[in-house]
Amino acid sequence: MSDVPNQNKGPIARFLAAPPDSVGKTIFIAVTLCLVASMIVSATSVALRPLQEQNKLKDKQANVLQVAGLYEDGMDVIEGFSVFEPQVLELETGMFTDAFDAASFDDRAAASDPELSVRLTNDPAGIGRQAQFVTVYLLRNDDGSLDKVILPIHGYGLWSTLYGFIALEENGNDIFGLQFYDHGETPGLGAEIDNPRWKAQWNGKKLADDDGTLQITVAKSAPPAGADHHVDALAGATLTSVGVDNLVRFWMGEAGFAPFLENLKAGEI
Amino acid sequence: MAQTKRDLLIDPLVDNNPITLQVLGICSALAVTSSLEVSMVMALAVTAVTGFSSMFISVLRNQIPGSIRIIVQMVIIASLVIIVDQVLKAYAYEVSKTLSVFVGLIITNCIVMGRAEAFAMKNPPIDSFVDGVGNGLGYGALLLTVGFIRELFGAGTLFGFTILPTVNNGGWYVPNGMLLLPPSAFFIIGLLIWAVRSWKPGQVEEREYKIQVVEGH
Repeated sequence: MSDVPNQNKGPIARFLAAPPDSVGKTIFIAVTLCLVASMIVSATSVALRPLQEQNKLKDKQANVLQVAGLYEDGMDVIEGFSVFEPQVLELETGMFTDAFDAASFDDRAAASDPELSVRLTNDPAGIGRQAQFVTVYLLRNDDGSLDKVILPIHGYGLWSTLYGFIALEENGNDIFGLQFYDHGETPGLGAEIDNPRWKAQWNGKKLADDDGTLQITVAKSAPPAGADHHVDALAGATLTSVGVDNLVRFWMGEAGFAPFLENLKAGEI
Repeated sequence: MAQTKRDLLIDPLVDNNPITLQVLGICSALAVTSSLEVSMVMALAVTAVTGFSSMFISVLRNQIPGSIRIIVQMVIIASLVIIVDQVLKAYAYEVSKTLSVFVGLIITNCIVMGRAEAFAMKNPPIDSFVDGVGNGLGYGALLLTVGFIRELFGAGTLFGFTILPTVNNGGWYVPNGMLLLPPSAFFIIGLLIWAVRSWKPGQVEEREYKIQVVEGH
């Protein structure tokens, strides 16, 4: 382009004028670009993390409110959430523990903490490690008696781990609602677990039959135990439905909340 | 080809619309247009990404080695998409949950790559930026049109506000549920392409082959 000989230019100008296809320049451009791009991306991610965490927390609280049937559009989530009584539950004994502060206990961090979690050998929900302590939310009537319990559940669907809540009536057997607040299932297929019409099916279903055997099933047709224990699987999302079935049965079973539900039925909570 | 900046911005809206003329970016147009709000956020996200990626690529265009140019473009586009995704998660959490994977998939949106390769590699930064924004807006205009039709007739609302009270909520309007499913966007986009090409016959492509009567067997 210019008539100025290369020797008269500084090192930067010489570099810029060099043909872009030389091996050295190709490597230099690739490395520099990757470095700059990764720095910008990490800076954005770090700078925005506090806001994102806050959004996630708010979203989780809104979901607890929704699953308990208390959510209204435009409500103040943090204020509304204060009606719940968070408690840290020890799964094995099914009793609450004071060893942790329920307001700040982090279930997900606990699940990857070797001190607080166990590696599952029988793992139908596909969660790998299970925390021995989880946060549950209690909703009480005005007279202090228990109205509902909201239990966290999670497990693997098709692409992702589904995180959600199940709300049970005070008898520990009737389902009030179930919903997931974090998942990465296929929009339009597996993500239909967010569809209000599908979620509404859970309302009024019973976990166990009269003998106390866990019967709740997500399937295409009603199980022998009857329609009271049946939630229709999602069309076109077989693996997500199977995942939901597995995780609900896992968490409501012996390795999950069964000891707690026993205590609940015995009136010890 | 002396195009003014105004042409660069206005042309892709109708005359050279990336969806109706070039038929690019259909996948996301089907997926995200079930409500107007989501369509609008997606349109803004794509506009920001096409605009800035074209600009940065154009700044570097004389330095980008030909042998790795597609990778270089992808790195720039991908970085911008991640930034957009992070910003959405921080400031528009609800919408970002609905858009889920589709923000990430802007990386593979042919419109972004197409502008980078076809325009930004050969033109100065400002022009490239304007061209990118124009194409993003062209994509956005179609997205909003489709989103408008789908949300209004599928759910009876616009931006979440009730326009046609539906039967489920005690009104009179029986919503067309199919409009909320992705296939309906195929029909709407198809009809829109037909409408635009009837209005501007110059956009109709020539047939690649024709059925002819062969004389004399």
